[in-house]
Amino acid sequence: MATLELEVAEEAVTQPARKGRRFGMLFWVAIGWLLFVFAVAVFANVLPLPSPTDMDMLERRAPFSAEHWLGTDGLGRDELSRLIHGARISLFVGVFAPVIGLVIGGALGMLAGYFRGRFESLVVGSMDVLLAFPPLILALAVTAYLGQSTFNLTLILGALSVPAFMRVARASTLTLARREFVIAAQALGATHARILLRELLPNVLLPLLAFFLLGVAVIIVVEGSLSFLGLGVPPPISSWGSMIGEGRESLDVAPRLAFLPAAAMFLTVLSFNLVGDTLRALTDPRQGAL
Amino acid sequence: MTDNALLSVEDVVVDLPTPRGNLRAVDRVNLTVGAGQTLGVVGESGCGKTMLSRAILQLLPKKAKLSGRVMFDGQDLLQLSPEKLRKLRGRSLAVVFQDPMTSLNPVLTIGTQLIETLQEHLDLDEAAAVRRSVELLAAVGIPAPEQRLAQYPHQLSGGMRQRVAIAIALSCEPKLLIADEPTTALDVTIQAQILDLLAREQRRRHMAMIIITHDLGVVAGRTDEVAVMYAGRVVERAPTPALFKKMRMPYTEALLAALPRLDTAPHTPLPAISGRPPDPTRPLQGCSFSPRCRYAVARCQTEKPALTAAESREHQYACFHPIGIPAEASA
Repeated sequence: MATLELEVAEEAVTQPARKGRRFGMLFWVAIGWLLFVFAVAVFANVLPLPSPTDMDMLERRAPFSAEHWLGTDGLGRDELSRLIHGARISLFVGVFAPVIGLVIGGALGMLAGYFRGRFESLVVGSMDVLLAFPPLILALAVTAYLGQSTFNLTLILGALSVPAFMRVARASTLTLARREFVIAAQALGATHARILLRELLPNVLLPLLAFFLLGVAVIIVVEGSLSFLGLGVPPPISSWGSMIGEGRESLDVAPRLAFLPAAAMFLTVLSFNLVGDTLRALTDPRQGAL
Repeated sequence: MTDNALLSVEDVVVDLPTPRGNLRAVDRVNLTVGAGQTLGVVGESGCGKTMLSRAILQLLPKKAKLSGRVMFDGQDLLQLSPEKLRKLRGRSLAVVFQDPMTSLNPVLTIGTQLIETLQEHLDLDEAAAVRRSVELLAAVGIPAPEQRLAQYPHQLSGGMRQRVAIAIALSCEPKLLIADEPTTALDVTIQAQILDLLAREQRRRHMAMIIITHDLGVVAGRTDEVAVMYAGRVVERAPTPALFKKMRMPYTEALLAALPRLDTAPHTPLPAISGRPPDPTRPLQGCSFSPRCRYAVARCQTEKPALTAAESREHQYACFHPIGIPAEASA
């Protein structure tokens, strides 16, 4: 019974310590920026903003004013409104493309890591084939063929992110599937489906989610590159990448038209990377101790 | 004895293909366990104890080849369909593993792991499963079981975790419990508690138990029969009192001599078994213990002794020169 009391005391000490700040300021600033961008993007239609597509040829490249907080672009469209509506596209593509990768790649990776054998060779082999294509060229070719739309863009970028997620999921499944608790579950008569969903998935999900945030950052940049090249979303709709592309033409007169969307993208991608890295660091040592 | 045996392992051979050649992990092992009985399987690391238990459970690595017969409760486990086998596991056959650190899922609460096992096998509703989990945790000596249900494995101590693992194993009232080195990862004071707990629950539920260990001290007072394994084979098998009274196999003697004793003077070197076990991918022609055996003669290197019952039906050993019997008499 002596051991018992000791344990209770130990818990009492460790409990409050776990709630302490261990993420640091930068993490919370990043979270704050992301929340702000998401909120603004989600409520873009409700906010009292001018239309992002209404042109005013008399007010081209207008400076900052009470009417246009961030001025207007080369066609006299409200810059702030375009930035916010651009955030919607960047975030939509940036979030949903990795979701496609997470779901498909995660499922394939777990199945490959758990069942091994021929299925694993097939999955790994086909992913290697997909990775062998230069991603940007593939994206260019497919958008040129399927046509430009946000949906197509999301689909292509999602497909391109499948191999990376597959590898992360397979790697952690491989190590986890050899742990005793999986054998213990088998010894308790668990089905394969149960082992995959209840025993392995909660363990694999942590590294996958950390990787997901890093994936979002990469996809936002890729979407920006495609839009900059004019193969992203179709023209009247704004996206950060296409705004930088349009701003390029007037870099000498109004450099802010390229720098404002670039700054927004920079801050957002940096925030995703910071949050992703912090979460990854959080899951890594625990993985070792399991 | 074979008629009322709950589990009988007949001529089981486990072969593992390795890059260095075929590894015979278990070599023609025969064992029986009656209902309510306890069998101890003793041997050093790598002698095939764990592979034997995995063979009984049919949980061998995919590449392993298994032959022989494993009769459990009147059914040959090797012939059962995967679905029937799955239903049998957990329900009638349960295991407690060596390291409770790894045998519990780190990201699920104790409650989830217990309750799901109960619901899977016993068709209980949520409330009944929770009630039963609390009972089980209390039965294995865990204080404040209601609160434990919401805790994660890392919040419990090693001994507590092993108690939880035992509770999960016992949850469906199995007929046979296989304890694979249940106390190896725990410290000594907890070891006795866990072994006593296993013995108590075994008596109460009248289940059969196989304790696999490298520690003769663990099996001494708690088993009905002991099988000593070396290099994949059973080299001596006897009822526990007979084994400790007059062991015949030099390996058993060496194992017992290697146990530390309280009455020796401090700083006395522990008698160890010199040498190392033979490479299992290169089987020896003769007795596999002969290179390390101090009684070994020329014959031991060329001929493999069979496991025979020389003096009584229960006491079997595989040795040409058993301890305490003149060589001529046994040969």
